[in-house]
Amino acid sequence: MVCEVCKQSQATVHLTEIVNEQMTELHLCESCANQKGAQVESHFGLSDLLSGLAEFSKTQEPEEVTSKACPTCGMTYDDFRKVGRLGCAQCYQTFKRSLGSLLKRIHGSPIHLGKSPVRLTKPSKTKGEITELRRKLERAIEREEFEEAAKLRDQIRRYEEQARRPER
Amino acid sequence: MAKTLDELLKQPSEWMRGSGPVSEIVVSSRIRFARNLDKYPFATRATKATQADVLKVVQDALEHCPTLNDPLFLEMGELDEVDRQFLVERHLVSREHIVRADHKAVAVGRGEVTSIMVNEEDHLRIQVMQSGLNLPDAWSIIDSLDDELSEVVPYAYSTDWGFLTCCPTNTGTGMRASVMAHLPSLVITKQINKVLHTITKLGLTARGLYGEGTEASGNFFQISNQVSLGRSEAELIENIERILKEVIHQEQASRETLMANNRPQLEDRVWRAYGLLKHSKIMSSTEALDLLSAIRLGVDLGLMNGLTRSTVNELFLFSQPAHLQKLEGKPLTAKERDTKRAELIRSRLSMRN
Repeated sequence: MVCEVCKQSQATVHLTEIVNEQMTELHLCESCANQKGAQVESHFGLSDLLSGLAEFSKTQEPEEVTSKACPTCGMTYDDFRKVGRLGCAQCYQTFKRSLGSLLKRIHGSPIHLGKSPVRLTKPSKTKGEITELRRKLERAIEREEFEEAAKLRDQIRRYEEQARRPER
Repeated sequence: MAKTLDELLKQPSEWMRGSGPVSEIVVSSRIRFARNLDKYPFATRATKATQADVLKVVQDALEHCPTLNDPLFLEMGELDEVDRQFLVERHLVSREHIVRADHKAVAVGRGEVTSIMVNEEDHLRIQVMQSGLNLPDAWSIIDSLDDELSEVVPYAYSTDWGFLTCCPTNTGTGMRASVMAHLPSLVITKQINKVLHTITKLGLTARGLYGEGTEASGNFFQISNQVSLGRSEAELIENIERILKEVIHQEQASRETLMANNRPQLEDRVWRAYGLLKHSKIMSSTEALDLLSAIRLGVDLGLMNGLTRSTVNELFLFSQPAHLQKLEGKPLTAKERDTKRAELIRSRLSMRN
């Protein structure tokens, strides 16, 4: 189906409008729909359920937390709740508590198990041990034993630091 | 390597090569990493000046990435509408990347296997594409490219939460691994909704041909991981592969059933599509996609001799609006495109026979 406004792009947004008690159906492409001021983004994707999820945690947050601004970029948790996007890396620190529970709700677990930037990790002899620890950590998280997981995570971090030190 | 965008037109795009494992069902495999530079605000809070700085830092850093192999660097603001759309059609940039294009850029590596968007939602969106079902190779390329970059550019990273991204749905690995699958049989046999419903329960998500918010035209589905935190990249990739194999198996089984029980109907569908493509004078892109999907199925099932998958794939790509206009060398109205599209398809199909 082709967009009814520009007659070029494919219509991916289907709207029902009621104007003067007349119902009309509109089929638009995303850019025309954007121009029409339709809140297109809210229809798609997990990322857009975010503001909803963040809204959910509102009840648990005291007012001072939600209006606290990030010292680096000035974003507040209220701003974040509206757009579902953070302002800078520092925001993660500023809104640590609220974000922690949000990340757990989105991803099921709040602990990073993936790769890290080269600057932070140097390959070393203990690489095998670290891999093994990581595997244990993954299992602990699967069983939702977060206390155990945190211990393992700290252990991994210590190993990685030791591995780094001799080379500096 | 191509030095201008126009030279891309002469080479087949990686995702349309039509080769690689399980290529009768899987068109391409892709992995993307979302990365941000430490110390610079994210896109939501970035001023024009910050974006210009980010662009400069990244452009310099790209010189230290041998994996990119002499990339073509394009600033989106300097491209016209057709050229921007052309890059979207080749899956080198996202649709979001071509709006408000100032200070946005893309680096395209040799053979269009790698591409890096600069100043999209995140400062960096690194992407690696492989033909067919081939996430492991895509992973090893993107892993090296990311390592090369992270040695010269300090990333926003926390040991607790991994790579810090603009949207918390990407936090952690910042990874989205996706597979583009052609599933016409599951659509014909009306099993597709059941299949898509099941994969969403298993932590995956399905989208249309051009990503978020697009319709699944031509029976193409992009299947990717939903979460990015709490699991290692290897585990996320394994999960997709495991589930994808099941989906592929379902598609194969339903193709076999159709061939065994409804062969005349299937052949009729395929050859009618061929007839329309071969003789039409006006062809919209939606119609072209649907018909090409049908003859692709015909080729994959060995019902059409003399026609190769790569010819069909090429037609998928070249019948898209911007590609048509690039071939023609001038902007065309939608009406003109429909005529040109029909003409292009007619001539390419007779060429091969």
